[in-house]
Amino acid sequence: MAELRTETMTVNMGPQHPSTHGVLRLVLELDGEVIQSVMPTVGYLHTGIEKTAEQKKWQQVIPLVERMDYLGAQSNSLAYALAVEKLLGLEMPARVKDIRVLIAELQRIASHLIWLGTHAMEIGAVSMLFYAIRERELLLNINELIAGFRFFPSYIRIGGLREDLPRGFHEAVNAFLERFPTKIDEFEGLLTKNDIFRRRTEGVGVVTVEDAAQWGLVGPIARAAGSDYDVRKYFPYLGYETYDFKVPTATEGDVYARYRVRIAELRESVKIAKQAIARITPSGAWACDDPRVVPPPKDKVYTEMEALIQHFLIYSQGFTVPAGDVYFPIEGPRGEHGTYIVSDGTNRPWRVKMRAPSFMAIQALPSVVKGGLIADVVAVIGSTDVVMGDCDR
Amino acid sequence: MDASAVIDILGPLVPGAAFEPGRSIDFATIYVPGERLVETCRALRDADALKFTTIIEVTAADYFPREPRFEVVYHLLSIPRRQRVRLKVRVPDGGSLPTVQGIWKGAGWPEREVWDMFGIVFDGHTDLRRLLMPEDWEGHPARKDYPVQIRKAAQTYEPMEISESEFRANIERDRVKRTH
Repeated sequence: MAELRTETMTVNMGPQHPSTHGVLRLVLELDGEVIQSVMPTVGYLHTGIEKTAEQKKWQQVIPLVERMDYLGAQSNSLAYALAVEKLLGLEMPARVKDIRVLIAELQRIASHLIWLGTHAMEIGAVSMLFYAIRERELLLNINELIAGFRFFPSYIRIGGLREDLPRGFHEAVNAFLERFPTKIDEFEGLLTKNDIFRRRTEGVGVVTVEDAAQWGLVGPIARAAGSDYDVRKYFPYLGYETYDFKVPTATEGDVYARYRVRIAELRESVKIAKQAIARITPSGAWACDDPRVVPPPKDKVYTEMEALIQHFLIYSQGFTVPAGDVYFPIEGPRGEHGTYIVSDGTNRPWRVKMRAPSFMAIQALPSVVKGGLIADVVAVIGSTDVVMGDCDR
Repeated sequence: MDASAVIDILGPLVPGAAFEPGRSIDFATIYVPGERLVETCRALRDADALKFTTIIEVTAADYFPREPRFEVVYHLLSIPRRQRVRLKVRVPDGGSLPTVQGIWKGAGWPEREVWDMFGIVFDGHTDLRRLLMPEDWEGHPARKDYPVQIRKAAQTYEPMEISESEFRANIERDRVKRTH
């Protein structure tokens, strides 16, 4: 018998592999089916948004940052708008805060639905994708209702919202919130006790609380390992302290625990959204009343000279933001989504930096999958819910 | 906890370091001298009253033409103490900083990104390569004196070439494997 060869094999995965959520390239070193090392390569979706933002006026950055984490678009613009408003010292009316909470939670549900569909599909439950996308369609319809744009509505603006809520908004949101909990039950019926799903996910890709802190993972990944850190509870913004909701946690830290945490988050998001929609009146304030930032109403623009001048100034020169820097964290679908902005006191940002949860998650990937099987890589990537647009920016 | 309170705790742990409170509107900001950075970070992570065990991000801002032009910014989070802190380190053009990978493993990629985008070198970093830009990219795009719109010729690479003998050797190697 010939001598057994024991060298390792190097396998390239991606950047166009369907399970890499965009364009992530992994070079795997395998010993049989066991992973010896992983080297991720990112940057394929780098579009220089942070550099581009420095050439734009403050308000013009909103559509740009929405294209970073394209599955959680409005959590990007929310973090950015809140950071700029903090530098400006603006206080929003209660109704604007409630609408923003509602939008943030609907965005979380939309993002988690894509995660659920693709994650389950990648480990064999193909039909889950269609059920998840069907529910997300309703949320995209709501986006279309408020802004005419389904993916990147740019509805959240510095100083409030783009305009007031449209007719039929409450009906559409309530119809979704009534229907969705039964759909979560259906999803769980397909997966939670599914033997194949559990065997593929239990004990796979374990992250401990200490590892999560070391690697800067804050969000569902850390909560599945036992941390209770949630920006909405620890550093409340938008009046989250007035909402009744729980932070779901698990202790195992494996792929299955991350699945359970995110499913529970879907239910909590529905709970928050129901409280928010009950507080929102069909019409009312949709922006703060700071004339530096918010243009005057159209009827005044047509009848008053001062209003016309103000309108012209806001749309041509933009507004200036006091010099200084600020970091504003929010709880995005993937974890702490922060914006660090620096202003030099002019009408354009000096520096915009988004803290990307996916970036940190991919960095930690080699340590999570090392020693596991090659088939588990796909399950682990899916469970970390990375979006390459968020990672590469 | 404001900046002076954090400095009071850090003072005895990092003797002789000249900390300086920074102006901020959100949470404590401390200017740290670059050569004492690693000690400071270790104290921030381990001191019982601080416990900044989680690294949030490492980034930088270019204040060109001011000197020193760069500020490297570290955002840290203490979950047990519900605190955040921002460290700032001033770095001149062509300057370098020690890596804090030894304190938080997660600092590795953010530091790589700062090198990639700003050209600030992190001494002792295990893997300081391009991260977001292609490996053969010249310059550091997030610098203020880097042009916004540049024209660059398309990169072409030599096609992969393999000789017939190499091809046959490959097939032979595989064949040996299959007989096992």
